Amino acid sequence: MSQQTDEALVIVAHGSHLNPDSSTPTFAHADTIREADAFETVREAFWKEEPSFREVLRIVDVETVYVVPMFISEGYFTEQVIPRELRLQDWDVTDWESDGTSADHAAYTATDTGTTVQYCGPVGTHDSMTDVIVQRARSVTDDPNVGSGVGLAVVGHGTERNENSAKAIEYHADRIRETYDFAEVKAMFMDESPEVDDVATLFESDDVVVVPLFVADGYHTQEDIPADMGLDLDGPGSYPVPGMVDGTQIWYSGAVGTEPLLADVILERAADAGADVAGAIERVKQQTGGTAIDVE
Amino acid sequence: MDRESDPVAALVATVAERSISYDGLSVSKSDGLYTFETTERQVTDLTASALGETAAGDPFVDNWFHWTQRSRSTAEQAFLRWVEHAEERSVPERDAALTSGGVVREWGQLRITATVVDGDRRYELRHSDDRDADPAELERFVDPRKAREIATTDDKGRYRPLKTAPSLSTGWLFPELTGASLVEAIDFFYPATIQNWSLEREGELDVTNWAAAADRQSGIYAMVDELSGEQLEWLTEACCVDSQCLKRREWDAADGEEIDTPRGAGAFPCREPCSVVISAARKWTQIEREDTERYTFELTPSEKDQLEALVAAVADGRIDEIREAEFSDPANRQRARYLRAKRFDAEGSLSTESERPS
Repeated sequence: MSQQTDEALVIVAHGSHLNPDSSTPTFAHADTIREADAFETVREAFWKEEPSFREVLRIVDVETVYVVPMFISEGYFTEQVIPRELRLQDWDVTDWESDGTSADHAAYTATDTGTTVQYCGPVGTHDSMTDVIVQRARSVTDDPNVGSGVGLAVVGHGTERNENSAKAIEYHADRIRETYDFAEVKAMFMDESPEVDDVATLFESDDVVVVPLFVADGYHTQEDIPADMGLDLDGPGSYPVPGMVDGTQIWYSGAVGTEPLLADVILERAADAGADVAGAIERVKQQTGGTAIDVE
Repeated sequence: MDRESDPVAALVATVAERSISYDGLSVSKSDGLYTFETTERQVTDLTASALGETAAGDPFVDNWFHWTQRSRSTAEQAFLRWVEHAEERSVPERDAALTSGGVVREWGQLRITATVVDGDRRYELRHSDDRDADPAELERFVDPRKAREIATTDDKGRYRPLKTAPSLSTGWLFPELTGASLVEAIDFFYPATIQNWSLEREGELDVTNWAAAADRQSGIYAMVDELSGEQLEWLTEACCVDSQCLKRREWDAADGEEIDTPRGAGAFPCREPCSVVISAARKWTQIEREDTERYTFELTPSEKDQLEALVAAVADGRIDEIREAEFSDPANRQRARYLRAKRFDAEGSLSTESERPS
C-alpha cells in the first residue's frame, strides 16, 4: 500500500433504476483504481443508485476527496445536480473558467461533513479521453495500429439538451484528426447533422470505426445507434462486428466508457486537481493497454 | 514487542502518560507505582515490570487494546462494538460468547456472527434467511466487494434499484471477514447505513424533510413539490414501509408536520426521500394533476371483489405466488382473462357504455 494517502476518490455517475449495466463501467474503473493503490478509499456514488451523491462523503470519512464525474460533457449534472447534492459551499460554475469543454477543478467545502472536495471536470472532456476513444477503436478492430486507410466516427447525443454535449464530441474528433493517422475523422450525432444514420455514405473509407461517446451501454448505444446506422440488429446489443452497410464495413465499438483505459482518465482528473497518483497512473496504463501502445 | 502489536507494551506505555479506564479495566499510576483493577481482581503497588506481568494475558487488557489502539472511524468503531453488545455486556461475558459459537446481530436482512479465533475477531456474514443453512451449501466469498454483485439482483434475477429493499438474494456466505472488511461489505449491501445509524446515535443525524427535499429538486423533478398532505401518506405507504424498504423513515412532511404512515422498525434510519421516492413522486405528481371524472359501468359483486384482489395482488407483490389453475384466487391469470374478455373492449378499456345515464 505504498501509494496510499489519507485522501479519497469518489467517482460520481448517473446510474439507473432500471438498467444494472448503467453502473457497471463505473464499478469496473473504480476496481482498477483500487487495485492500483491510488487512494486509501475509492467509492462510487450515483444519482439513481446508492450510495447517493448526498451520502457518499460521509462514507469515505477523510479530509480531502477528489470527485470525478463519469459524465461526457459539462452541463446540467456537472453544474447543477452534483454540486447541489454534494452540498458544495458557494459552488459557482464560473470557478471552473470553462469554455464548455475545459473545466478542470475547483475546491469547495461540503457543508454537511466539512470535507474538502476537489471537484473535477467530467471524464468526457479531458484530453486523455481522446486516447481512450482511439484505444476503443483498437479494441474493437483488434488492431493496435488501426488508423491509416480507416475512417473514425465519434458519435454523441447532440445538442438536444445541452450544446456542450456536441462541443465535447467535436473537440475529441479534432484532436484525433491532428494526432492520429485515421484516413477520415468525423463528429456525428443522433439528433443533429451530420447524423449517424448517414455514416456509410458520408465516409469514403471502406472501413469505418464508430465509437459512441457514452459512459455506459444502454438503449442509445445498444439499440438506437446500431439501428440508425443500418446494422442488422438481432436484439439489444446484438449486432455484427464488423457489419456491412451499403458497401462500408462498420466496426461499432459500443460505449467508450466501457474501455478499461477510462480508469486512467479518472486518475488524470484527480492528478490535475493535485492528487499524488503518478505511480498509480503508470500502473493503470500498463494494465489497461495505455502505455505499451502510446510509446510507439 | 512494541505498542503497535503487543497489548501489554501498549498498556505500559499508555499508563505511563495517563490513567486508563475502559470496559471495566482501570490502570493508574501513583508515586511511581501502578494499580491494576478489573471487575474480577485488583492488584496494587506494582512496578512497571510487575504491571506488565500482571497484565499479560488478561482479557480486559486484550479488550482495551482491540478497541482503543487501532484506527477506526467513529461509525466503524460504534458499529463493531454494537455487533458484540460491548456497551451492555462485560468483557468476560463477551469473551465467553465470542469464543463459543459467537455473538449474532441482524442488520436489515444481514446476519452477522462475531467470533474470536486465536485472539482475533472474525465476522461471518450471510442472509438472515440462511441462518440455519449448512455453510457447505452456501456460495463462499472472501472479497467484500463481491457484496456489490450479490446486492444487484434478487433471487429471481431481477435488478434491485433500491439496496435496502427487503429482496436481498440468499445462498451466499462471507465466512471470515475482519472488522474493516465487514464494514466494507455492509457498505456495499446497504450503503451509508452504518454512518447514518452512528450519526443518529450521536444525536447528529441530518434529516431532510419532504418539503426541503422536494424544494431542492430541479429539471424534470421540480414538479414533485406539488405533493402534500394525504398524498405524502399514500407515497410513504407505497414506498417506505417495512415491506418495501428496511430503512426506518425519520423524515416527515415538514418541521412539525408528521406523516402518520408507520416509520418502520429497521435498525438504520432513512434521513431523506431517496431517488426512488423522488422518481415515483414525479409520476404521482403528474397523475394528481388530473381531475376526477364519474364513470358508470356494471360489475357483479364477485367481479368488483376480483378487481380489488387484482390491485392487492400487484401491490403486495403476490403475483408469482398465484398458481396456475388456482381458480379460487380472484387474481388468477385465467380469471383475469375471463374478466377482460367479458368487461373490457378491444383497446383494453373497461366498457363504460352506460356512462352518464340521464
